[in-house]
Amino acid sequence: MPTEYLPILIFLMIALAFGLGALLLGEAFRMKRPYAEKLMPYESGNLPVGEPRQRFSIRFYIIAMLFVVFDVEAVFLYPWAVVFDEIGLFAFIEMVIFIIILLVGYIYAWKKEAFVWD
Amino acid sequence: MIQQLFFAYFSAAIILLSVLVITRRNPVHSVMWMLLLFFHLAGLYLFLGAEFIAAIQVIVYAGAILVLFLFVVLLLNLREELKTNRFITSWPVSLIICAGILLLIISSLRDFLLGPIGKYSVEYLRKETNTVALGKVLYTEFLLPFEIASLVLLVAIIGAIVLAKRRVKSH
Repeated sequence: MPTEYLPILIFLMIALAFGLGALLLGEAFRMKRPYAEKLMPYESGNLPVGEPRQRFSIRFYIIAMLFVVFDVEAVFLYPWAVVFDEIGLFAFIEMVIFIIILLVGYIYAWKKEAFVWD
Repeated sequence: MIQQLFFAYFSAAIILLSVLVITRRNPVHSVMWMLLLFFHLAGLYLFLGAEFIAAIQVIVYAGAILVLFLFVVLLLNLREELKTNRFITSWPVSLIICAGILLLIISSLRDFLLGPIGKYSVEYLRKETNTVALGKVLYTEFLLPFEIASLVLLVAIIGAIVLAKRRVKSH
């Protein structure tokens, strides 16, 4: 068990206790006098129009997919950056190839207007 | 003792959260439980000494893949989804299959033998740190799989655009 992560565990516990504590304390002490208008969804003072559940545009899927792909690319950069000094130029060239292949995908997405919102 | 306690907590939480993920009626709730599940998986990896995998679990799974899941859920027509019957009419069949798989796993567990400790022992990883040990192997010995990974990612980009872009143009 890596003991150096103990502060993170303590931090998480404090965060959890703070969140739960605030909710429970609020629940215990606040006044509860609900009526129909109060329980309505708040839409900047207007009467709610339509359903809250709308289907999203398919473009969000492309954005999310691109996010996943370039997130994974960034993940590959972390260990590369750490061992860069030991492997040197070889590591640099292989990472350039890796990034160029992904750049092809990026340019493809760009040319296919995946970033355009009309 | 404290180690067993940690492991017991993470295992129990993972099982409980997995059940919550597949039993929620609202898919958005399922995704939220899955977020908690991913964090607990990260905790389990950390507990096993795989710090890098734990970090990746948080960055990629809890960060990116969950966003993808959430967007896919939001693309669905949730109101229809909530009304439809769930696929539980044939649950006895599922139960028999699951029990069979469990039996198979339990019966094969006894045949797992601990081999001799290789180069990458816990002590080695502790000394070198996870990320350095991984980087040293990934960018030299496993150079080809690393470059192939970029092609797999490229296929993911092109696939997503081919799938989704056609529909945008059609209307």
